[in-house]
Amino acid sequence: MSILVDKNTRVLTQGITGATGQFHTRACREYGTQMVGGVVPGKGGTDFEGIPIFDTVEQARKRTGANASVIYVPPPFAADAILEAAAAGIELVVCITEGIPVLDMVKVMRYLRDSKTRLIGPNCPGIITPGECKIGIMPGYIHKPGDIGVVSRSGTLTYEAVHQLTLLGLGQSSCIGIGGDPLIGTSHTDALRLFNEDPKTRAIIMIGEIGGTAEEEAAEYIKNNVKKPVVAFIAGQTAPKGRRMGHAGAIISGGRGTAADKIAALKAAGIRVAMSPADLGSTMKAALEERA
Amino acid sequence: MNIHEFQAKQVLGRFGAPVPKGQPASTPDEAAAAFTALGQPKAVIKAQIHAGGRGKAGGVKLVSSADEARQFAAGLLGKALVTHQTGPQGRVVRRVYVEEASQVARELYLGMVVDRKAQAVSVIASTEGGMEIEEVAAKTPDKIMTEPIDPVLGVSGFLARKIAFGLGLKDKQVGQFGTLLTALYRAFFETDASLIEINPLVVTADGRVICLDAKMSFDDNGLFRHGDIRELRDANEEDPAETEAAKFDLSYVHLDGNIGCMVNGAGLAMATMDIVKHYGAEPANFLDVGGGANTEKVAAAFRILLADKRVRGVLINIFGGIMQCDVLAQGVVEAARQVKLSVPLVVRMEGTNVDKGKQILAESGIKVISASDMADAARRVVEAIR
Repeated sequence: MSILVDKNTRVLTQGITGATGQFHTRACREYGTQMVGGVVPGKGGTDFEGIPIFDTVEQARKRTGANASVIYVPPPFAADAILEAAAAGIELVVCITEGIPVLDMVKVMRYLRDSKTRLIGPNCPGIITPGECKIGIMPGYIHKPGDIGVVSRSGTLTYEAVHQLTLLGLGQSSCIGIGGDPLIGTSHTDALRLFNEDPKTRAIIMIGEIGGTAEEEAAEYIKNNVKKPVVAFIAGQTAPKGRRMGHAGAIISGGRGTAADKIAALKAAGIRVAMSPADLGSTMKAALEERA
Repeated sequence: MNIHEFQAKQVLGRFGAPVPKGQPASTPDEAAAAFTALGQPKAVIKAQIHAGGRGKAGGVKLVSSADEARQFAAGLLGKALVTHQTGPQGRVVRRVYVEEASQVARELYLGMVVDRKAQAVSVIASTEGGMEIEEVAAKTPDKIMTEPIDPVLGVSGFLARKIAFGLGLKDKQVGQFGTLLTALYRAFFETDASLIEINPLVVTADGRVICLDAKMSFDDNGLFRHGDIRELRDANEEDPAETEAAKFDLSYVHLDGNIGCMVNGAGLAMATMDIVKHYGAEPANFLDVGGGANTEKVAAAFRILLADKRVRGVLINIFGGIMQCDVLAQGVVEAARQVKLSVPLVVRMEGTNVDKGKQILAESGIKVISASDMADAARRVVEAIR
């Protein structure tokens, strides 16, 4: 009852000895994730609290059988870390790092086009299948196993949505933070497709924000393919034009990418849009009751 | 980060893009001297501000003597120029650019952007130069060409020719355009640009293709590897509160309302602004304190918020993941002591160490209105300023 990750997922941490890498590797292991190895160039042969460290992803994958990796490497080196994981044949790469130069990502995306690796992020909280596997920085305890899929460009706003769902007794199949950067590995539409094809996901929450046209494309996909209830929220209804709102990708440029445009596209596709972020959980509950 | 036209032309010129000769001047006498130094019968004086629409607003003039250059510069320097992009208060002109005049035969548009859909850098070109590209896109979208550049190949000869012919260039201009496009693409990649806009790109009366205007923006995430570009920052063009926030690695955008917002995470920060509006007030700012905020950073954020005299109430909305609620509470208490809080403060906290955070606030003696959730917080802060 999940997408992309479950209790069998074997995870490497790239950048395991940095403060962030240490903290979250520990938290993910405590949550129950199989953290099987770490990668830090030059520290191969040592370990982090019993987790073996390798010099390269290739070695780590061969020795541990890892099929996923999470990246906490600093921005100047993060793109290279993604490429290294993809070159080593890691199936799922989750890049948490915020602040990667976008032109580095242009090269990464071009390389990934011919590879089997799926990238989530960068600049994202990661992915969790509640009760089974947590890869990333989200607080595990707010989640509850269940059948609602959550996809979002934001971190803390995802926690907000998940928290509301859990308080209403609505558990989650998987929650995926796709990231706030202009170029990201997994789009809203990609995540929606995965949730749509997952038999255990009963309904989907999609949280978008200003900038780009990913939500409009998602609306089109939902209209043509998704029969499950979808509830959406778009952050940035009050954002001014031409200003970057924290996320590198959250900017209305040339009058395009406004919240109003996105909300209109979603509504036109028959999707329920919560106008207040406080109504995400209740809107989903109403949608499910209507369906029942 | 944005830079001035004259700086963009200097950067592009370094990469071999054809730009007219010119010199910046910050006094009327310097403008006159620059005119004389160009040694040509005519020159163009252009106000240097980070906004478009300067021509229509009276910020650009063709002059034919050093005296005229001095006079026109004197009329611009130190005064606010109001264009349709500056807002009614305008931008103060601190420099003019004195540039050789060009005989223009045709005006074209050439842009380069990071294209999210193509996941590459794309060239945008149009025969409708001198107009805003958004306007062209709205009225005559068929007159815009968008061509992604494969990062493996760079600017291929065939791609440059395709765009050149699409722009109606001919003979030697086609080759010149290819050289120019290659120079722009190199400049784009090697400076971590996020936008290059040449509007207009012109064909001169004697058949040369040159960049008559130039605008460049840079990816803030790439600036760490470009000391030379960082030096081009003009703090005068930026909001002082935003500059101060940047020192503390805080993401802050100044807005027009009166509810100061402090939030962790960009999405939640935007959503908090939205919910303030939803309950009938206007946010004074966007402020993301980030995930790894420490007490010092939170205190700085709080000071910056309250320095805005329009702020009549503050809403703190924290969903602690990495960010721990007790750290936030400590920062708020410290800052409130420093700045002497005089407006209502509503705090909504959830997540890691929330009980410890609430305890710190309760024991601080600061008057805090606690909220149970986001909607409650927004309602309470809007009520408090009524």
